[in-house]
Amino acid sequence: MTSILLIVIGAALVNNFVLTRFLGICPFLGVSKKLPTALGMCGAVIFVMTSASAVTFALQRGVLDPLGIGYMQTIAFILVIASFVQLVDIAMKKFAPALHGALGIFLPLITTNCAVLGVSVLNVQSGHGFGKAVLYGFSAAVGFALALLVFTGLREKIDRANPPRCFQGVAIALVTAGLLSLAFMGFAGLVK
Amino acid sequence: MDIANVNPVALTALAIGLIGLVCGAALALAARFLAVHEDPRIGQVADILPGANCGGCAYAGCADYAKAIVLNDAAINLCAPGGQEVLDKLCAFLGKTAEAAEKKTAIVLCGGDSGKAPRRFAYNGVADCAAAQAVHGGDKRCGYGCLGYGSCARICPAGAIEIANGLAKVHKNLCIGCGACVKACPRTLIQMIPVSRTIHVLCRSRDKGPVVKKACSVGCIGCTRCAKIADDGQIAMDGPLAVVDYAKPFDNEEAVEKCPTHCIVRA
Repeated sequence: MTSILLIVIGAALVNNFVLTRFLGICPFLGVSKKLPTALGMCGAVIFVMTSASAVTFALQRGVLDPLGIGYMQTIAFILVIASFVQLVDIAMKKFAPALHGALGIFLPLITTNCAVLGVSVLNVQSGHGFGKAVLYGFSAAVGFALALLVFTGLREKIDRANPPRCFQGVAIALVTAGLLSLAFMGFAGLVK
Repeated sequence: MDIANVNPVALTALAIGLIGLVCGAALALAARFLAVHEDPRIGQVADILPGANCGGCAYAGCADYAKAIVLNDAAINLCAPGGQEVLDKLCAFLGKTAEAAEKKTAIVLCGGDSGKAPRRFAYNGVADCAAAQAVHGGDKRCGYGCLGYGSCARICPAGAIEIANGLAKVHKNLCIGCGACVKACPRTLIQMIPVSRTIHVLCRSRDKGPVVKKACSVGCIGCTRCAKIADDGQIAMDGPLAVVDYAKPFDNEEAVEKCPTHCIVRA
């Protein structure tokens, strides 16, 4: 029980993927302008990262390790994650059009994101079992979603606050991201 | 065959190649058996539409409107930015005929800029009309006039609204007629009107004459002179306020000249 809690808190807060590990910065900056789009992205990220953890774990243990070609993991993971997400995209369009309408456009965007690849590689490095690997992927994605939603809220407020001209747009967004990252450093040491 | 004896390069190439092949085959099968049949006309209609995604047709963007046209037989004359040109192309493509809806433009029904309509207090909050309206009913002495914080200008996809001297003004030549600004105005000052109409009562104040006079020098004081000139209901009194009925053509300069507060204008 304790170890499960440690994984969740560790992945979501302490080693937050965006704000501490600096993975997945592009969607973090790209889709954080409006809350509805950010929410769609969060759903897609949680789904893709959780399922990618499961798929890549199976690939590593089932194929790469027995063949002794673990060093090919980056290429193999990208290959498998990309086609897996495409597959889910097609299946979702067929069987759950409503869900596809909500998440559809974000799925290809997140396909080979560094956060997704990162969670798979970290899973292998830390030697998690299958259950813990999936849990780790899920918590990391929840951490990403948390950071993205907080950041989106801040950016929506900043848009109305009329910052000085030289700071408008991306500049103030980057400053905000930096401050948010500093704030998340407060969690360091919560979990060893 | 023992794995240890195989050339490692060949083994790697073979393994990764196989993984790729399996993934590709799975995708190919999925595309074949799980494909969703989509009417090809939807894409073609979407190509004809201007792609402004303004939402003026009341559908969520051009693609959604294209879908509604093909599948639900929606009216094809709803696209304001496209106008006659797009309508002609749609008619030709779908084999339908349709009357063009007259092109519409937005108008801000307020003439009280900073010089004409004084403010009650200095508002220092976020530059947003809804926010200003929430602070004690807005900082303008007139409770109906344009607050001038540009919520409409920010939402306008065509950049057709200019805030000049604390008053929003729609540039007719730039307005694409989507109606997004109508919803953005917390005081519902913006209306969609046919572009051919030129006489406007630039006031929405429902206050009585003396109150209007204190709040704004160009407000409608309800003197009813214009309503007598436009006696066929083109300008009618709605309580203390003269209102133009844009459904009825009207072009009489006398109404503009006789208005004592000059809130009736030609534009």
